[in-house]
Amino acid sequence: MTDRAAVWDALGTVRDPELDRPITDLGFVTEAVVTDEGAGGADVRVRLRLPTYFCAPNFAYLMVADAYDALRALGGVGDVQVRLEDHFAAEEINGGVAERAGFGGAFPGQATGELAELRRTFRRKAHTACLERVCRKLLATGLAAEDLAGLHIGDVPESAERTALVRRRAELGLPAGPDAPLVVGDDGAPVPVGGVAARLRFAMAVRVSIDGNAGWCGGLLRTRYGTPTEDAT
Amino acid sequence: MYTKDGESYFVVDSHVHFWDASPANQANRYGKGFIECFYDYSRNLSPAEWVWPLEKFEKYSEADLLHDLFETGYVDKAIFQPTYLSDFYVNGFNTTEDDGAIAEKHPDKFIVNGAFDPRDGEAGLDRLDALAERWNLRGVKLYTAEWKGESKGWKLSDDWSYRYLERCERLGITNIHVHKGPTIYPLNRDAFDVADVDDVATAFPNLNFIVEHCGLPRLEDFCWIATQEPNVYGGLAVAMPFIHTRPRYFAQVIGELLYWLDENRLTFASDYAIWSPKWLVEAFVDFQIPEDMQSEYGVLTPDVKRKILGLNAAKLYDIEVPAQARARAEPVVSGEAVGSAPEVPA
Repeated sequence: MTDRAAVWDALGTVRDPELDRPITDLGFVTEAVVTDEGAGGADVRVRLRLPTYFCAPNFAYLMVADAYDALRALGGVGDVQVRLEDHFAAEEINGGVAERAGFGGAFPGQATGELAELRRTFRRKAHTACLERVCRKLLATGLAAEDLAGLHIGDVPESAERTALVRRRAELGLPAGPDAPLVVGDDGAPVPVGGVAARLRFAMAVRVSIDGNAGWCGGLLRTRYGTPTEDAT
Repeated sequence: MYTKDGESYFVVDSHVHFWDASPANQANRYGKGFIECFYDYSRNLSPAEWVWPLEKFEKYSEADLLHDLFETGYVDKAIFQPTYLSDFYVNGFNTTEDDGAIAEKHPDKFIVNGAFDPRDGEAGLDRLDALAERWNLRGVKLYTAEWKGESKGWKLSDDWSYRYLERCERLGITNIHVHKGPTIYPLNRDAFDVADVDDVATAFPNLNFIVEHCGLPRLEDFCWIATQEPNVYGGLAVAMPFIHTRPRYFAQVIGELLYWLDENRLTFASDYAIWSPKWLVEAFVDFQIPEDMQSEYGVLTPDVKRKILGLNAAKLYDIEVPAQARARAEPVVSGEAVGSAPEVPA
């Protein structure tokens, strides 16, 4: 049984890879419709929109494809249609996803491979930003940067920041349990005590960048479309 | 020149346009989409009184340009940065010739920059020679995401790009303004990646690479490169207008840039006509890092603002600065808190 709430939850698992936030929170979902169940299950139709006509086509493709996959994974689903609108490459992206042609198939001759490496690059950035948010909170309690070197995930009090960090780390395939070291590099290796301050200083630039881009894109979406959709509020 | 509280600021607007994006000049839906995208940028970040009707934004007059930059905008010198977009606009969006025609009428007001596209091969090198001679070029503006038939962009580290940069060096074109956009071949890579700037900045230590909108949306990657390459600069087009709607974010961007680059390698720009210099200059001179961020980012002194608003660009383009607007304090020596950026000699 697939209802609208299940569809919405599934779409909520799809994140903008660059902004590291769910497309449902970002207001990118214009419409999500579940129609009467046929023999093969309920048909689902989703419309997506982005802040600008020229948003990068690779990120746009990832969101449309991830939305499609998330909906397909729901039980009791018949036909799934995800359509990006008002985008310069909408036709190629929608067609490529519907035909399961991959990114290279959607843009023949324009790409040298799929998007796994791009996704991984932005997951690393997201993880770095999450690490900074956790550490910033710890530093505010009076700890020094060097004090963080010996800490493990389990030493961090439960918080939204910690949950986000653990999730990003698991997505990267890095140790994410309570006994995993807290301050690590992109490869999961613990950062030595002398390198913690530098790691966190660069992580701050990453966090500022991601937060800033999310704010900019949100502002552009509001400017382009006016008030948010009912679904996005 | 802008004067406030006894401080004078010489203003170089390092990135201005005189474009024609009117429907008559739009070649296709991409041309329409491009200017509408710019229009949303403008509407989103400008104070309400600065938002134009779309028709004016698509094509404004020479009188508008002169009025907004020089009569009310405090600009002492403006640098034209062409953006050709020949696949989107019948006569181009904003060519060197469009800019040059205006500049010749007002020779003390403008600097004309040119452009090149390495995909033009040998013929393009000849055109660069001619352009440099005709307009006495000191700088070029490069848009790596420009479409050209099947190609959706190029990289500074491409073989032909190296040949063009070598030619620039020979022609005395020392200021290379780099603008990243959303498309580039191959499309599966991050188009905004600035790693190619790193390559050419190392290969051409005598050229200055001014990365427009300071690498946004890849601020962190830009900072990482710029801190290691002393000839990489941050152009503040697009970053500046956040000062109005999102001052705390603006403080963070400026704070990060000052930390990783220092105050000698940032240049003010309005990106006119997306935004207008008058309100940007006024707001920037009034601006201060919020108190709760000062422990991390420090404060902006009048000298820091003077350098960003005009002195740094004046140095790049050998523009003479009146005595009252020169920096007073000794140059700040980059200490431990500031990246590894070397001090730029006066």
